[in-house]
Amino acid sequence: MTAPPVTPPVTPPVTPPVAPPVGPRVGPRVGLFATCLVDLYRPSVGFAAASLLEQAGCDVAVPRAQVCCGQPAYNAGDRTNAAAIARQTIDLFEGFDYIVAPSGSCAGMLRHHYPDLLSDDPPYAARAQSVADKTWELIAFLTDVRGWTDIDASWPASVTYHDACSGLRELGIKDQPRQLLDQVEGLELHELEAADVCCGFGGTFCIKYPEVSGAMVDNKVDDIVATGAATVLSGDLGCLMNIAGRLSRRGETVEARHIAEILAGPAIGTTIGPAIGRAANSGDGKG
Amino acid sequence: MAHQTSLDFSKNAARAQADADLQSALAKLQRDTRLARPVITGRLPEFEDLRDRAVAIKDHTLANLDHYLEAFEANVTDAGGHVHWCNDAGGARETILQICRDTDAKIVGKGKSMVSEEIALNDYLIAHGLEVVETDLGEYILQLREETPSHVVMPAIHLKKEQIAETFRDHHTTLDPDRPLDVPSDMTEEARTKLREKFLAADVGITGANMLIAETGSIVVVTNEGNGDLTQTLPRVHIVIAAIEKVVPRVEDALSILRILARSATGQEITCYTTFATGPKRPDDLDGPEEFHLILLDNGRTKLLEGEFRDVLRCIRCGACQSACPVYGAVGGHAYGGVYGGPIGAVLTPALDGIDKAWPLPEASSFCGNCEAVCPMRIPLPGLMRRWRDIAHKEKLNKAGARRGLALWAWAAQRPALYRFGARIALRLLKTLSGRRGYLRRVPLAGGWTTARDLPAPEGGTFIDRWQKESRGKTQSNTAGNTAGNTAGNTAGKTGS
Repeated sequence: MTAPPVTPPVTPPVTPPVAPPVGPRVGPRVGLFATCLVDLYRPSVGFAAASLLEQAGCDVAVPRAQVCCGQPAYNAGDRTNAAAIARQTIDLFEGFDYIVAPSGSCAGMLRHHYPDLLSDDPPYAARAQSVADKTWELIAFLTDVRGWTDIDASWPASVTYHDACSGLRELGIKDQPRQLLDQVEGLELHELEAADVCCGFGGTFCIKYPEVSGAMVDNKVDDIVATGAATVLSGDLGCLMNIAGRLSRRGETVEARHIAEILAGPAIGTTIGPAIGRAANSGDGKG
Repeated sequence: MAHQTSLDFSKNAARAQADADLQSALAKLQRDTRLARPVITGRLPEFEDLRDRAVAIKDHTLANLDHYLEAFEANVTDAGGHVHWCNDAGGARETILQICRDTDAKIVGKGKSMVSEEIALNDYLIAHGLEVVETDLGEYILQLREETPSHVVMPAIHLKKEQIAETFRDHHTTLDPDRPLDVPSDMTEEARTKLREKFLAADVGITGANMLIAETGSIVVVTNEGNGDLTQTLPRVHIVIAAIEKVVPRVEDALSILRILARSATGQEITCYTTFATGPKRPDDLDGPEEFHLILLDNGRTKLLEGEFRDVLRCIRCGACQSACPVYGAVGGHAYGGVYGGPIGAVLTPALDGIDKAWPLPEASSFCGNCEAVCPMRIPLPGLMRRWRDIAHKEKLNKAGARRGLALWAWAAQRPALYRFGARIALRLLKTLSGRRGYLRRVPLAGGWTTARDLPAPEGGTFIDRWQKESRGKTQSNTAGNTAGNTAGNTAGKTGS
């Protein structure tokens, strides 16, 4: 695939819309909830998310004691442990103006399920609701809360986009990622035929029912390959690891990346690393 | 085919996945459904409002169920019909058999009814000497093949037309071997010749009902073939079997629900036949049954009404959740083992059969939420499946290994420093195992993952460790840390400088 001719972008200096013209920074204080998968598997997504939040004028902090949102326990029927982990997350994050996660699934857990999980725990019920009210998925936070779309990134290649289920159905994230991808210089988006069909990850579902999950991710990979795109993007690392793992098992050349990696662009300060599950020398997925 | 059990879901699924005919039938169903839905709902701007209204109607009815059922009974009785209240499957079967015996019935014509599947009515009546003929085309084919419905509105959706042609050639002994059965209309014609004889010969017709209308004592039967109408009007006796949650207060309410029922079920605006019937034939009527019996079945509904699963009683059996579910799409309805497959089965089967006999079903969901998104009655199906998982966990029904793994993880997750220590070791190990490849093909203790996919290797280090390292030496201006971190006191700060 040939990259479109690149003219040097005439980008105005990035001015965060709500940052004051002078004086100390007073952007909202955002607690970045990195999510356990990003923390353990793909730190670059955490850095990309922090960079995007900073570009959008936020004061970003990363509480060190964060672990996981507790969803694995919650979905396994272990409400006691899920509630304990939820309380721990609330203690750690409730002082921020916003809590932002680069995952619709984890953000959905805080936003919709913490209040349910702690509804019969009076000291925490109200706090859970307060945390829920200010928790956002990264991309939706940038567009819907910050009204920020000044993406300063270039990715001259074809990509496709998978709508991760929780972000789509629990948080209504559909247009926002496309709106931001549209700002990326050189990027061509080729839509999947079934972008909103589950990839088969489903947390521990993919381990409990590997054959069923395998059939689902195979359908997803067929759809991805049919677009002819070089890279598949999504907003949730769980789906992406599932998809990347199946792409790799099938020997497909399509690469998988978190959308934040592309959007953060040169602001990360270094060249972008290998795609998910790819070796360091396997190319950058462009072209 | 031997009946599959819910506990064997994994094995059933594997068998279904190896069945190429089933897989192509399911792929077509899912694709057709996915493409049709936006067209159908797009044509009706008030679709979402109608869903809200339908939910409100059902919630109101369920909150006053005793009142509306008694009103319904009074109106059926006034119209000359008989209402039989049955608590369980056994009671319903005996009542129906007794009515058949009282009328000296030999042949029973049967319309499509999921609740009759719930009580295994056909086997019982046949065992007691009656000839029972399913008259819905799909159900008729399944009866010949000795199979059960795999979808609530498209019972034979798991079959390809070639398999159906073969079924007719095997069972219709008078069928001319040269007669073509290549297209659906040929097969429909062939089934019609057999079924017409039965419609005329049947002494009793048994149908289900999509709704019961309290204010008139009417039943509503929704079909596309009209065979249900012949089943209920031609025989001398009409027996309706319906579960108690089918009642709605008024005709107007039934009409509201009808507007979303067909659209959700088959993508039609309305089905070919929507029949309202009230009691037996009146003196001036040209046709209709001489006797009208209505079996009002509880079969566990009042128990559901009391508890956290009440919302599932809003279900109007449209099958939208089945057609839209990717797990159902991978394995079909039979793999679920119970009467109902798919998301509705994952919620209803544990209630009907007991969670100890059905715990794998609520687990067999990726919680993608598409079922809830398409359910016209907005039943929170994933949430209800999660409630069953809570119960299964409490009763220790799921696998011990999975429980131990989860318990260990949850224990560590509540000890952040220890968790981080363990994570560093595990990540280093995975990184070493993956060498320079960037992925792992086999991982000890992670066979569930690597069955179908490679495990991407971790990038190296954890985000939290690396963030802290990079922030060190930079200006610490993290005011959030001072307030937010008051309990944890360990917020790693970094400015955007």
